[in-house]
Amino acid sequence: MSGETSSSVAHSEGEPSQGWRRFFENLRNSAREQAHIFAQSRMAVAGLVILIFYVVIALISPYIVPYGPYERIYTDAGGWAKLQPPSLAHPLGTTESAYDVLSQLLLGARIAMFVGLLGAFMVAIIGTTVGLVAGYYGGWVDEIVMRIVDVLYGLPFIPFVIVLVTVLGASVWNIILGISLLYWLSTARVVRSEVLTVRERPYVEAAEAAGASDFRIMAVHILPNVIPLAALYAAIAVGYSIVAQASIAFLGFGDPTIPSWGVMLQRAFVTQSFGTAWWWVFPPGLSITMVVTGAYLVGRGYEEVVNPQLQEK
Amino acid sequence: MVNKRYLARRFLLMVISIFTVATILFFLFRMVPGGPMSAIMSPRMTEAARQRVIENFGLNEPLWKQYLLYMWQLLHLNLGQSFYYGQTVKTLILDRFYNTMALMLTAFLISYTVGIYLGAQLGWIRGTSKERAGMLVVLLVRSTPVFWTGMIVLYVFAFKLNLFPLGGMRGVGAQYSGPVSKFLSVDFLYHLVLPVFTLCTYYTGLPLLLMRNNLLEVLSEDYIDTARAKGLTNRRILFRHAARNAVLPVVTAFAIAIGFAVGGQVLIETVFSWPGLGREMVKASLRSDYPVAQGAFLLLSTIVISMNFFADLAYTYLDPRVRLGGT
Repeated sequence: MSGETSSSVAHSEGEPSQGWRRFFENLRNSAREQAHIFAQSRMAVAGLVILIFYVVIALISPYIVPYGPYERIYTDAGGWAKLQPPSLAHPLGTTESAYDVLSQLLLGARIAMFVGLLGAFMVAIIGTTVGLVAGYYGGWVDEIVMRIVDVLYGLPFIPFVIVLVTVLGASVWNIILGISLLYWLSTARVVRSEVLTVRERPYVEAAEAAGASDFRIMAVHILPNVIPLAALYAAIAVGYSIVAQASIAFLGFGDPTIPSWGVMLQRAFVTQSFGTAWWWVFPPGLSITMVVTGAYLVGRGYEEVVNPQLQEK
Repeated sequence: MVNKRYLARRFLLMVISIFTVATILFFLFRMVPGGPMSAIMSPRMTEAARQRVIENFGLNEPLWKQYLLYMWQLLHLNLGQSFYYGQTVKTLILDRFYNTMALMLTAFLISYTVGIYLGAQLGWIRGTSKERAGMLVVLLVRSTPVFWTGMIVLYVFAFKLNLFPLGGMRGVGAQYSGPVSKFLSVDFLYHLVLPVFTLCTYYTGLPLLLMRNNLLEVLSEDYIDTARAKGLTNRRILFRHAARNAVLPVVTAFAIAIGFAVGGQVLIETVFSWPGLGREMVKASLRSDYPVAQGAFLLLSTIVISMNFFADLAYTYLDPRVRLGGT
């Protein structure tokens, strides 16, 4: 069945699935091209190394952590080994509840990378689609979409997620829902203005004259041009999403059963231990900073290569 | 002056925005665990009080009537009663509002001034290793979660050095005769230092980066070459000729910056126990004091929306090209 379809596509020119094949071919070619460009930027490669490092930690952490995230550590005397400074047995010390900081830190990478990558993916998909449709159709579609964007800009993000979590329950999914609802706005705006210029180009007119469908023009002719831009915003959204999740958890709206960097900092803050236990406070904060910086470097380094104007400066 | 049609359109958009936000809130809070009743009534209320609330909010009416009633109450700024404080939400959040604005505007003013100045300087020395180092610092500071910065600042300046208070807005026993003397008292300013400093590390990045990027664009203009050819000093070229033209888009970004600022505000108020709107909202949500959470959110949102409005107005006023366009 599938063999038949592909052979018929190869033979006849006007087959509708031809567009799809061309689309994926375009996508593959441009992906290869972009990867080549990407490797030229030292900034981007450095950022990528940081991100990959944390992704690897996230993947292997359940197998390498010395203790469970909520496994109580006891002293020789039998009491809780709480707020122990770093030692050989506990390289990052212990928390107020006598948990191992290093184990929590490593496991915290899982939720951070999950929220960061999924959040960025949602932002890229929603923002690009909305920007593409608004910019391509223009007129009242554009007007309505952009007014919706304007209204949504009036919702402050962190308070909005607090409301979502209060109403729908404290879970990572609701934080991702908040990210998906509000973080696509600037991506959509930027993609839209890019689409506005791309759609005036002669080859788009040519495709229109040749009778190509709206969908085909958008997917095959316009989308490849805005992908670099969408990628930049997705990279930045990785950082935003991670900070958002940590912030919400810090305010006490995180899921306390899942170890995360935000929950660690919240515990250190609520127990007021952060005044003494630097080993508990520094690692999660530094990890967040590193991942966010890494994601930003990836996006920025890539953009500088794609947009040579920036390099001259 | 500013185009009247534009002004009317922009104003309408602001009203629609606030209206939409209120509507979203209405429907969200109908979904709280325990049903809409628990969003408005405390479980500890007496039967008579319960009946009165049901009457006031029309809880025995169909949803659309409840919605109309809610909007009607909102127009009269009736946001209900706090379960926890027993005060009306209106008085409560108004009090918190001033505290929030005092902190936010101070931090904003400083950040914008410092950000624009440093951004201009960084743009001027572009391409040097000093500039790269500066940009790296900016990037790292911007990537740091603001609440963590606050904790580190407290760790260093309050716990270790004992220079500043751990949090709050006034010392033990401090009393003021009125709001003016309160916000100008030494005690208040002393409590303001650390939160403002932390917020500045968070806010300064945006104006700084924008200023630098705009300056780079402006520096390639012909009139800068002319100024150089005239033999003006670097300082004069930078501040009299280049920076003045580069600063305009930074003003528009004010709108976006305010949106960000409110989020940072919530976190910093929590870290420094600042009795502002953000912290009140967090506490209210944690203790299921829904009327306060709702009111605080609405007010925070209104701050963002109206600041956006004023930023747009300022932009049209400052940039004649926008005025002619009329849209």
